[in-house]
Amino acid sequence: MTDLIIRFLAGGVVVSVFAMIGDVLRPKSFAGLFSAAPSVALATLTLTIHKEGKPYAAHEAASMLLASIAFIVYAAAASYVLRRWRISALVTTIVTMPIWAGISLALWALTGGRL
Amino acid sequence: MVEFKISALKATKPREYLVRFLFGGAATVLAGVIAKHYGATLGGLFLAFPAIFPCSATLIESHEKERKQRIGHDGTNRGRMAASLDAAGAMLGACGLVAFAALLWYFLPHHNAALVIAAATAVWLVVSVALWELRKNRVFGLRVWQRMGSHAAKQLSNR
Repeated sequence: MTDLIIRFLAGGVVVSVFAMIGDVLRPKSFAGLFSAAPSVALATLTLTIHKEGKPYAAHEAASMLLASIAFIVYAAAASYVLRRWRISALVTTIVTMPIWAGISLALWALTGGRL
Repeated sequence: MVEFKISALKATKPREYLVRFLFGGAATVLAGVIAKHYGATLGGLFLAFPAIFPCSATLIESHEKERKQRIGHDGTNRGRMAASLDAAGAMLGACGLVAFAALLWYFLPHHNAALVIAAATAVWLVVSVALWELRKNRVFGLRVWQRMGSHAAKQLSNR
């Protein structure tokens, strides 16, 4: 339970810090870089390495690579939908989220979970 | 030209800060729980979970809309175009995320962990910013600005 609380607090802080960096930057497209900051990874890696060791964390990073490729497609799709159809940002980012999940899982299945 | 506008922090409401904190915390816990139950390879996917992206795109849309409404315009379309630009930036940031993950995967097992994490973070930033510069100068064919076409889009991209 303590581990989960530490993870929650670390994740909340790191994500908030990157979001605040994005808030103060202009232009918007540059600020957008920080919407894809490695915030969750930075929040959890130290804990994971401490608890499970470096090889375990490296395995996680290999899967992260696949999910990052999915993130590229997801963000491109969200940008296109917002530009083309002008649907609200909240609806667009949630409706297109299965693109991230689907491509992540498909790549994970294709590689057999091992790169 | 990249600018810092510290006063922009005041535009974010306490509730919005709280939502982002909760989202970030929840995504991090989710990554840990999935790794614990289903193993590192499946849990690792959630290290690249788009935790901030929906929140930041929504905030940018609402802030831009409010800003335009203060001067008597509707601002809905403008807000969504701003969110689209944010998403285009996130796409480039995600390319940096690929480099970040690749570095960790390759170097973490045999090198100092703190050093590898710091180097990977620096590489994420360098790759993302370099791609943003390339795209801004239209070195490759992603012509979002031209597609958006309007004068308003150009104004947005400069702020």
